[in-house]
Amino acid sequence: MRAIGGGALVLAVITGFAGTALAALLLFDGAGFSGLLDTYTLSVARFTLWQATLSTLLSVLFGIPVARALARRPQFPGRIWIVRLLAVPMGLPVLIGALGLIGIWGRQGAMNDLLRMLGLAEPVSIYGLSGILLAHVFFNMPLAARLMLAGLERIPGEYWRVAASLGMPSRSVFRFIEGPVLLGLLPGVAGLIFMLCVTSFTLVLVLGGGPAATTIEVAVYQALRFDFDPGRAVALALMQITMTGILLAAMAFVPVPVEQSATLARGGRRFDGWRRQTQWVDGTVLLLATTFTGLPLLAVVLAGLKADLPALLFSPAFRRAALTSLAIALSAGCLSVMLAATIIHARAAIGSERRAGMALRGIRAGLSGAGSLILLVSPLMLGTGWFLALRPFGDVARFAPTLVIVINSLMALPFVIRVLSPAFDVHQARTGRLAASLGIQGFARLRLIDGPVLAKPVLMALSFAMALSLGDLGAVALFGSDDLVTLPYLIYSRLGSYRTNEADGFALILGFVCLLLTVVGTLGSRNRMTDDR
Amino acid sequence: MRTKFLSLLAACAVFSLSSVAADAAGKTLTVYTYESFVSEWGPGPKVKEAFEKTCDCTVNFVGITDGVALLSRLKLEGASAKADVVLGLDTSLTAEARDTGLFEASGVDTSATTVPGGFKDEVFVPYDYGHFAVIYDSKVVTSPPKSLKELVEGDPSQKIAIQDPRTSTPGLGLLLWVKSVYGDKAGEAWRALNKRVLTVTPGWSEAYGLFTKGEVPMVLSYTTSPAYHIIADKETRYQAAAFSEGHYVQIEVAGLLKNAPEKELGRDFLRFMLTPGFQDAIPENNWMWPAAATSAPLPEAFNTLVKPEKTLLIPSEEVAKNRKAWIDEWLAASVK
Repeated sequence: MRAIGGGALVLAVITGFAGTALAALLLFDGAGFSGLLDTYTLSVARFTLWQATLSTLLSVLFGIPVARALARRPQFPGRIWIVRLLAVPMGLPVLIGALGLIGIWGRQGAMNDLLRMLGLAEPVSIYGLSGILLAHVFFNMPLAARLMLAGLERIPGEYWRVAASLGMPSRSVFRFIEGPVLLGLLPGVAGLIFMLCVTSFTLVLVLGGGPAATTIEVAVYQALRFDFDPGRAVALALMQITMTGILLAAMAFVPVPVEQSATLARGGRRFDGWRRQTQWVDGTVLLLATTFTGLPLLAVVLAGLKADLPALLFSPAFRRAALTSLAIALSAGCLSVMLAATIIHARAAIGSERRAGMALRGIRAGLSGAGSLILLVSPLMLGTGWFLALRPFGDVARFAPTLVIVINSLMALPFVIRVLSPAFDVHQARTGRLAASLGIQGFARLRLIDGPVLAKPVLMALSFAMALSLGDLGAVALFGSDDLVTLPYLIYSRLGSYRTNEADGFALILGFVCLLLTVVGTLGSRNRMTDDR
Repeated sequence: MRTKFLSLLAACAVFSLSSVAADAAGKTLTVYTYESFVSEWGPGPKVKEAFEKTCDCTVNFVGITDGVALLSRLKLEGASAKADVVLGLDTSLTAEARDTGLFEASGVDTSATTVPGGFKDEVFVPYDYGHFAVIYDSKVVTSPPKSLKELVEGDPSQKIAIQDPRTSTPGLGLLLWVKSVYGDKAGEAWRALNKRVLTVTPGWSEAYGLFTKGEVPMVLSYTTSPAYHIIADKETRYQAAAFSEGHYVQIEVAGLLKNAPEKELGRDFLRFMLTPGFQDAIPENNWMWPAAATSAPLPEAFNTLVKPEKTLLIPSEEVAKNRKAWIDEWLAASVK
């Protein structure tokens, strides 16, 4: 019963937090929705959808050959490293990725030097739409490729044997086997990427270059921070929430893409693709994908090494920002894990209840929704709402640390739940009844039964949540002041004043820490899966 | 059940939360200003050193992107702003800044100042001025525009970096410059000019950084900018384009906040601003014309600069009344 009570409390807290933000947006005085439909707002909305559509198309389009090539070549030299490389953009703070892209694709970057050598006069521009698309493809093509690869690997081995005995050429294999599988995955994958691109903030802020290339998220930020025009910020925020709401509702009808390969897939030997021509095609595709993903990362490392790293590590600005970032990340991570544990627990308790009434079932459904609330109301929208709600009480910056922590913890919540839920459920099924019948509870239960088993998944979830929070710029940028400088904010402001050398050094350090945390957060899950087998 | 476990986690969250807050004590003068003022090469460090010699205090500069962002920040923080002095607003913003009711009369005698148009104000004290100008790289741009019209209608493949008028005073300056030359046709002019704009940066520093890195051959800055390159790097390739319609002027001012924690110290600072101790740091660090006497004549390079034949300036009250509408006009013209 206490578990359910805790769940109800968490539900109340989360909906209260988001509800306050929403209410502040809706009730904002002088919002005057006249601003909702002016040329500027409308074209910002149009640009947001347009760039998201293009980004999704490109990411999926380039992701398909990569996934096919990887699936077809289980023996490709260094294949596991390519798959790992494709996972890196997920764990990399967006700002750091943007820096790497500027290093390669900027006007003075390696790629344009190369193009100039080849005699191209007009360099590729990283500013505006082309830059945004490039960056979105950098972050989302690997995601698309990995999700589709997992789908292809789930195809049972019999299919390949039959295809081989029928002597099907690569084209027919695609048409009859791979195609239908990919087609089934497509709505989920495309929907996810579209959602990520619609709510893109940091990339557009860094690479947008003016009002012509602005997403709603950035426009809200500018309306608050640049113009101090809360009316316009509210109008834009509501427009954004409506948009994500419609998207989420639409996505509820398509299957959710999962990353894990089915256990059966291991035996799925491939007999096709031995032709010289397909070998060349696959080799080229993988080489291109590796270069495209790897070069910006290499640029971050090289540029970072050029900076005077020891001096940066000991500079007071870095120490302060690192401490702030760590404190925020640790708090947000802990909070996220606590919320997730309570939610999972309450869900399980309600599930085991014999006669769950309407109210209980309602709480359970609410908890599932609350876990991924952040997808509907993006961090920046939550921030904007709270910003307006707290303004009457004086300096908003005072509340900034608390708000950033709560917002970051909500951001991590869907991932944390995904990591913790299976471990908790299995553990509960194994020990729940026995522990109850032995009357072990409270601290004894934690020390003897829960602690040893659950410590590992909890640490994993915590480290993943911390990685997310460490790399986040959005919430901090909105409230950022000189009292609250996190590492990404420090990098962003160094970048702003074109002290790029320092920014590069900080970027390398932060990128390294975040990747390390992500590896800790995800490597474990692979181990656990193999353990269970 | 698992409450102990959770409270452990809670304790760890609270502990890390409490370490976020950090503060310092002592008598400190806090000055909000724009970023380039406080950079290592800006006047900030010199001014800080000079003023700290005259007072028993520490000067704490807080750098905020650019001048217009300063005003937004003030409106945002309202009466809870923790600053004593705000330095770096300009004449386009003074009326709007005064209307916030956050400033109080400076009580500083400004009769010795020499600024174009003889700026006089109860609240704001001018400390330097300069004319906006398009700076070009003469190695890339062989026939620079001779008028704003030529800039607007010129070759779209030759790019310029400008600043966002919502955050930066040069950006706002260009907006007003276009307005005072084109009037009701400003929207069309912007639509044409935007074809030449590589990017719109939030502050002057970013745009000028792009320019000196060679990413863009033209940038919106000041007639005084070439003096920097002549004196600091003995480089004459960066030139200001003289425009036949005249140049928009910027007079930079500072003001004292009503809720200043160290009000007397703030007043002393405003007085100090018009003495050589402050003014000497202006020409060769802020690269603007000083508003009051310096201890020595200006370097020779300042005599080689473009001297605008005509100075343009829209009264502050009119700017305050129309700023939002004009910015919306620019926004509408800037989106596709």
